[in-house]
Amino acid sequence: MSALTTATPLQPGTMAPDFTLATTPDQKVSLSEFRGRPVVLAFYPADWSPVCGDQLGLYNELKEEFDRYDAVLIGISVDGIWCHLAFAKERAFHFPLLSDFEPKGATAKAYGVYRAKEGETERALFVIDREGAIRWSYVSPIGINPGADGILRELERLAGNSAK
Amino acid sequence: MSDLTVPVSEADHIQGSAQATVTLLEYGDYQCPYCGQAYGIIKDLQAALGGKLRFVFRNFPLTKAHPYAELAAEAAEAAAAAGKFWEMHDTLYENQRALSEESIVEFARKLGLDVPQFAEDIEKRRFRSRVRKDFMNGVKSGVSGTPGFFINGEKYDESWDYDTLLSALSRLSG
Repeated sequence: MSALTTATPLQPGTMAPDFTLATTPDQKVSLSEFRGRPVVLAFYPADWSPVCGDQLGLYNELKEEFDRYDAVLIGISVDGIWCHLAFAKERAFHFPLLSDFEPKGATAKAYGVYRAKEGETERALFVIDREGAIRWSYVSPIGINPGADGILRELERLAGNSAK
Repeated sequence: MSDLTVPVSEADHIQGSAQATVTLLEYGDYQCPYCGQAYGIIKDLQAALGGKLRFVFRNFPLTKAHPYAELAAEAAEAAAAAGKFWEMHDTLYENQRALSEESIVEFARKLGLDVPQFAEDIEKRRFRSRVRKDFMNGVKSGVSGTPGFFINGEKYDESWDYDTLLSALSRLSG
């Protein structure tokens, strides 16, 4: 993929590439740990920037809803773990922030949402089903908070599909 | 990204007449400083547009960022139960930097509410589900932060400074 064109996110129906990334200095998280539960991946450009704060702050208010769908919410950016730790603590986030730091942006590249020029990830959302397949993906204009309506709609649809 | 999923109804807090030609709806947080700015702008818009404008307020407290936002939202709902929603709404925004458990009871007293009843409503969190319902309807309508505006049910993503909002509302109000 050319670094000059806008990245194309992985599309619904694709298996979500597995990854193992640090969330604290001594703890790593792999996507495959959550097989059997819906997973929401929120790639965002940077800790501390105002829109990200608002976007993640909104998701932080939705714990009840994510719990209701047994869904796992994960934030991912290229920031280092110490930066994530301070950011998560200051904002009292209840979900993990993963560090796509070394090799830089490798996970974002695997999902087609790395912005090589800026060295940051797109503001991108993926909803992954219980079997590990991507069911919905969305790339927001970088300065625009995408909200949570798309995520909740998809989680509801997944819940409806798996209901007997 | 979306339109209003729950239309304006009698369950809402509404200022202005149902005959108004344009409806501005805000999802707001009492502790959000931008909502505090918007509060003054909306007052000015109401003065400028008079009977043409109907204003609706729904709760959207970002509780993790603003520790008193939820309490304030429940306080306004408790005041609404006594017919004083807008009085409390205005008081909260005008004293946005002084929100606390104590000051909210003081506001209730000044507004002539039944203070023991009000304190019990707050203590027992009687209006928690009402506030949450507003919040979730907002999320499902695509509200991503505060203040979140809708004009005649359509999400408004332009700047909400006085001039821009006035021209958007005037275009529709005829």
